[in-house]
Amino acid sequence: MARRPRSSTWLAERAVLVVNRVSRALGRGEGTVIGGRAGLALDPTLLSGLARGRTVVLVSGTNGKTTTTALVAAGWGEPVAVNDTGSNMVQGHVAALAGRAGVPAALEVDESWLPGIAAATRPAVVVLLNLSRDQLDRANEVRRVAQRWRDLCATLTDTVVVANASDPLVAFAAETAPVVAWCDVATPWRLDAVSCPHCTAPLRFESAGWSSACGFAQPVATTVLSEGSLSVDGLEVDLDLALPGSVNRANAAFALTALARVGVDPRVAAARLTTVSEVAGRYARRPWRGGEVRLVLAKNPAGFSAALEEVADAPGELWIAVNARMADGRDPSWLYDVPFERLAGRTVTCLGERRLDLATRLDYGGVSVRVADDPPDPPPDRSVTVVANYTAFQEWNARTAP
Amino acid sequence: MRIALLYPELLGTYGDGGNALVLAERARRRGRRVELVTVTLDERLPGADLYLLGGGEDGPQRLAADLLRRGDLAARVADGARVFAVCAGLQVLGTSFAVEGDDRYDGVGLVAATTVRGERRSVGDLAVRVGGRLLVGFENHGGRTRLDGAVAPLGEVVRGRGSDGRHDGFVTERVVATYAHGPVFALNPWFADQVLGAALGEELEPLATVADRLYAERCARLGP
Repeated sequence: MARRPRSSTWLAERAVLVVNRVSRALGRGEGTVIGGRAGLALDPTLLSGLARGRTVVLVSGTNGKTTTTALVAAGWGEPVAVNDTGSNMVQGHVAALAGRAGVPAALEVDESWLPGIAAATRPAVVVLLNLSRDQLDRANEVRRVAQRWRDLCATLTDTVVVANASDPLVAFAAETAPVVAWCDVATPWRLDAVSCPHCTAPLRFESAGWSSACGFAQPVATTVLSEGSLSVDGLEVDLDLALPGSVNRANAAFALTALARVGVDPRVAAARLTTVSEVAGRYARRPWRGGEVRLVLAKNPAGFSAALEEVADAPGELWIAVNARMADGRDPSWLYDVPFERLAGRTVTCLGERRLDLATRLDYGGVSVRVADDPPDPPPDRSVTVVANYTAFQEWNARTAP
Repeated sequence: MRIALLYPELLGTYGDGGNALVLAERARRRGRRVELVTVTLDERLPGADLYLLGGGEDGPQRLAADLLRRGDLAARVADGARVFAVCAGLQVLGTSFAVEGDDRYDGVGLVAATTVRGERRSVGDLAVRVGGRLLVGFENHGGRTRLDGAVAPLGEVVRGRGSDGRHDGFVTERVVATYAHGPVFALNPWFADQVLGAALGEELEPLATVADRLYAERCARLGP
């Protein structure tokens, strides 16, 4: 394979570090994308140069990328290079690896970038979490992504693919991979996998797993997560997470399976996960304007559905903020795929640029609404749970940052 | 009255199932009894006063067309049932449409409309003048729909592309279709009531909802 001379990688890597340092010093954000861009301009193959000689774990999927990547890093037990500013395309990966020679890497990867990033980094492990509808206006229809992953998986001869066996679209993608560690995490979201990706017949979901008339069926898993227990390659693992909800138990199961495949004992790694209580503001509790707010990110129907399970009965007030900018997907129609009826009987404060779309959805779902053009002051005596989609969450994270 | 939401697992990618919820809720709040049924792809087409179709991806759209051609939607409409369709649902009701891997796939043929592949995908806000009012929504499709001379479009495009840059959707005696997602009945309460009233066979009294504010806000943003 023709590779760029080492000197060009070195020069480009310096550029990433310098530009990012300047960018941060100037207060222009977290300084990752711009430095990455500068380095890639000098050496377009910079990522493969930086990835050479280190153990790389890639994490992709519609939901849980950032959290699972953080859990992989936390469980590893040594310094890990992570793109933890949420920049999950090549610029962010380059910035995460620059200046961290030889350090293992846990990188979250945008679903559509995965084939290119995997080709450049030659990862030890690729984690495929789930696939569901997200950002409808980008026309990255879910099944098209599944097909691209499937093509990629067929090429991953030196990689273990850690894949969600409970998600039929992920199973479709990963079944071409030479080595797969299948995880049964009982993914509850099925709206995007009603018909078989092979033959389009309706999929049957039973307690033993899903199956199709054509014979395509849920693969036998080596990692099995159930209500009370987790087993990884036959080892029983105690999961005692500070992060809430069954979604994060599933994220942890993927992270521990990935770590097992790079030689980290999942029981030892699991003990390291107990201290992770927030990830990039997600699940953070923050004092704010004399009250307390807890921040929850939910950016698509599957994510919202999982978040509602966790917040529906939470004490205190429930505020939901929805934007529809480019990064959110400009069409908020997905609000009608979220089972907001779960909140019937509660009053929800509707915030964000698309608060009226949200209020309309909630109203038709039997939920009382209060529309607020600006965030009200939180009550001093009760906590507030703020569920926000992507850019709305970033605003809330910044607004309440300590 | 019975409303049947058809194949949401195939034609429900863009939240259009919300149209069924909006109609049922607007009827219920006026004291009308409406039964809402969801028809999945392994079920027979039940009788209904109004059938709803939404948008979806290419493969599922093809499957929906097969199911509807085999079922007796056309016969139900001949017997008096009405149909409201969005995007892929609109294309399926026509005589043919283009999908990935197939330039000309047979539709249900309920309306003399053919859809070919457009030069580019249309993704963005859509505003259409329907009668004297504005219909607002979001379009996301790659089709260009041509109507037979005898078929009337739903309205004239004010923003976005709709069927062909000039017109959006179509209206026949019992079939109404548009490219607008949103869902379109959630964004346009007057339009929801127009389709609901036609299906109920009566003029509906006004109903104030928070959707009125949403409609006003969208019109202010997207209108001429």
